[in-house]
Amino acid sequence: MTLDELFQIAPYSLTKTEKDATLKDILNDLTRRHYAACPEYARILDAMKFDVAQNHECGELPFLPVRLFKQFELLSVPRDEITKTLTSSGTSGQAVSKIFLNADNVRSQTKTLNEIISSFIGKQRLPLLLLDTEMIKKDRSMYSARGAGIIGFSIFGRNSTYALDAEMNIDVDKVAAFFEEHQNEPILMFGYTYMIWQFVVRALEERNISFNAQNAVLFHIGGWKKLKDQAVDALEFNRRVQERLGNVKVYNYYGMAEQLGSVFVECEHGHMHCSNYSDVIIRRSKDFSEAEIGEKGLMELLSVLPVSYPGHVLLTEDEGEILGIDDCPCGRKGKYFKIHGRIKSAELRGCSDTYERR
Amino acid sequence: MTNEEKYTNAFCQAFDIDADTAKGLKFQAIDAWDSVGHMGLVAQIEESFDIMLEPDDIVDLNSFEKGKELLAKYNVEFA
Repeated sequence: MTLDELFQIAPYSLTKTEKDATLKDILNDLTRRHYAACPEYARILDAMKFDVAQNHECGELPFLPVRLFKQFELLSVPRDEITKTLTSSGTSGQAVSKIFLNADNVRSQTKTLNEIISSFIGKQRLPLLLLDTEMIKKDRSMYSARGAGIIGFSIFGRNSTYALDAEMNIDVDKVAAFFEEHQNEPILMFGYTYMIWQFVVRALEERNISFNAQNAVLFHIGGWKKLKDQAVDALEFNRRVQERLGNVKVYNYYGMAEQLGSVFVECEHGHMHCSNYSDVIIRRSKDFSEAEIGEKGLMELLSVLPVSYPGHVLLTEDEGEILGIDDCPCGRKGKYFKIHGRIKSAELRGCSDTYERR
Repeated sequence: MTNEEKYTNAFCQAFDIDADTAKGLKFQAIDAWDSVGHMGLVAQIEESFDIMLEPDDIVDLNSFEKGKELLAKYNVEFA
């Protein structure tokens, strides 16, 4: 199956056997493509004595550590074909990743996100409340991952309204007017987990203000690191969001700047799901072998989308575990998993060292 | 105003360009038509014809010509 054929079917429909075969074809093709077009990538594969001529199982494809995109400019198309250079937000205060996108890559990312999100909310475009500041899209030369996420999400909505002002204060009147105007229809909301917590939930709690949305869906992304420090988990987050905003169905999702589009959404049962466009492999940090279901390890993420940069097989700095395959009670096929959070950077140096020698 | 004029005008308004530049324009061919500008264009087109595009069509709208093709689905005919 090709990427175009994947776009024709429901995004959580492939069972393990079908999906393994599909990903194997597409990812091996991508490996060859990047090998031929990206000299740095080719050198890494050569150093590993990896034979690109053969088709390999997905688990055997060489993974690049995500931080390589911080250290090197890796691209697989001529520079003049690049239409967007995406930079990660770099919360850790370290160097930022640079991801080079051509028009095809941007397009397939958007299309994939559309397939995934509309499988949750339908194809109709709902009134959209963005729990962030409009300032995020002002500086367009700097295409940050945060801004890109917001713009990318905008296609699912209409009457896009930003809830926060330039100083990240919630504009209560504006939000009230939005809920008032759309009180008889379903509403869509989007934002970053920590921004929502700090500038919406906590801000409203301090001012003792609540809204009463009747039928809303919230998608949020961005990770739990800062919230863990405040001992806030998903259940607590959802409860407090609902307390302040009303009847809101909350969906958390996970994705990296390095693989935008093929995101992982948490289902009604609290499980993160791989779609047809992506997969997760958990690796043991001691020797990078594949872990069993239920065993914690480093998360390797596969995506069928990266064509203009060699980011189709990446080793993240996050720890997770596979919970099961094809049998989540929500009915979605594919692997489902749990994320345990970022590993400590001390451990990280170990794995990049080992990577060199692998 | 004919549909052709309305449609061209939506591009001119969204990107602050003249009609000649609009015709034949492709996504990301000018700085203004990036992903932010794209949503502005969608809003202009929707307002001009009083329609609402589906997300699929917003993604597929990648050139001046392609947009005309897509609008047929919304009963916007071009002579």
